[in-house]
Amino acid sequence: MIGEPIYLAFILMLSIFVGFEVISKVPSILHTPLMSGSNAISGITLVGALIAAGSETDTWVPIVLGTAAVTFATINVVGGYLVTNRMLAMFKKKEEAHK
Amino acid sequence: MNFELLINLAYILAAGLFIFGLKLLGSAATARRGNMLSALGMFIAVVVTLLNKEIIDFKWIIVGVVIGSFIGVLAAKFVKMTQMPEMVALLNGFGGIASLLVGWGVYHAGPSPTYFIGTTIFLSVLIGGVTFSGSLIAWGKLSETIGGKPVLFPGQRIVNALLLLGVITAGVLFILHPATSYPLFLGVIGASLIIGIMVVIPIGGADMPVVISLLNSYSGLAACAAGFVIHNNVLIVSGSLVGASGMILTRIMCKAMNRSLANVLFSGFGAVIHKKKAGEQGEAKPINSEDTYYLLDSAQSVVFVPGYGMAVAQAQHVVRELAELLEENGTEVKYAIHPVAGRMPGHMNVLLAEANVPYDQLVEMDDINSQINTVDVCLVIGANDVVNPAAREDDSSPIYGMPIINVDQSKTVIVLKRSMATGFAGIQNPLFFKDNTRMLFGDAKSSLSHLVTEFKEN
Repeated sequence: MIGEPIYLAFILMLSIFVGFEVISKVPSILHTPLMSGSNAISGITLVGALIAAGSETDTWVPIVLGTAAVTFATINVVGGYLVTNRMLAMFKKKEEAHK
Repeated sequence: MNFELLINLAYILAAGLFIFGLKLLGSAATARRGNMLSALGMFIAVVVTLLNKEIIDFKWIIVGVVIGSFIGVLAAKFVKMTQMPEMVALLNGFGGIASLLVGWGVYHAGPSPTYFIGTTIFLSVLIGGVTFSGSLIAWGKLSETIGGKPVLFPGQRIVNALLLLGVITAGVLFILHPATSYPLFLGVIGASLIIGIMVVIPIGGADMPVVISLLNSYSGLAACAAGFVIHNNVLIVSGSLVGASGMILTRIMCKAMNRSLANVLFSGFGAVIHKKKAGEQGEAKPINSEDTYYLLDSAQSVVFVPGYGMAVAQAQHVVRELAELLEENGTEVKYAIHPVAGRMPGHMNVLLAEANVPYDQLVEMDDINSQINTVDVCLVIGANDVVNPAAREDDSSPIYGMPIINVDQSKTVIVLKRSMATGFAGIQNPLFFKDNTRMLFGDAKSSLSHLVTEFKEN
């Protein structure tokens, strides 16, 4: 039984390859929105924070840590997607720009 | 209903949406849709997580989400476009601290993790902490809350090396005996935060784009490590996706500056010795807006070269106005965008897009350089280092070897600048003293407005 760490390592390796493949094709004009957009995705930590903030515990420390984590991660996610959207809304081709 | 299966299937869907969303972000036509798909993936992942049987108490979750969303919406709505780079740095830092807190919370609730989990807890704390404090410093440098100059002191590299060694040793001890190592754990948190600061302060403000890109990657890795801590697949996949994308972007930017990443991180820009003295440079020839108008009126091709100065002066709208008048006059107008112009890659593109400049008029550096000697007038607006010929000619210059836009090879160069002060990199620019260069002094926005008026009157 090789167990979970090995499967997780497989997933890690595959994700890295996919990341490289998908990202290397982005033109420099979109690098700023890309940085902002991928930053928003890194807010996926929110998922972990939710579990931490909502789980059963006898002490208050994990709750404080979890709630703080949820708050920060939510700012990252919400702020990140909205900011990226704001940037992308401005890209117009010539015909549209002169409307 | 088997919630765990449902949750994991939904996670697979979410990860797929992230990947597809990033792919669509690769083209301006589909980018917005890509971002929304990615947001949908995030929404699914978050909602489905609430079905997790480990979550029994929702009130704190609601508190955190409400406060976080409120701040996030306000920040996104009110931040100015010129503040985008530092905004991304700040948001990135928040993701880092969240990963750190998750690792801490798991350890606190279960002080005897296995070696594997202990290692991942350590990693999520270390990477998360470094990302958080490093991003805060980056935010500070870009928002000019703290100075942009590299902060150097003697023995700095030794101090940093010792810190790193110390934190790794502490980490190993922690992993081996986690139950008795709570104070050590707190020490690791503190050390990670300090390391984050120490790694970023010796880097000059001009290199912040590379730093932000690297920290963006780290926040992904921190999320990935947190994913290993709590056995969450979507964190692992998405975290490594972001980690990889940040690494690629960092590499691209380093190549654009013709410096290695090690050079950016460790050399301390200001530490490079200037062998050549800033002696006799020659005279910079000023020009006024009326004469500039005559030059532009008769030009058949004009290239705008924007830099951070254009962003500061908020001149992008006037630039577009002038460009339209030039086109009506029969001139071909292009915009030459250097990969690291501005505070972030693609920053100039975003600003020009905000001003409704059609994105097919934007040209990349290599393309414009190949036709630069056919260009009649280059208008350099608030750009300095990216058009500095010392990068080509002077091998004692700190920026030697960096690819630049060769404006000096066009017929005439007009530099819009407030004064003769040095740019972000703090070095002199021989472009200003060349024979075919004229300096149009003053605030870029007002200089350009005068030009617009001249065109309208004639």
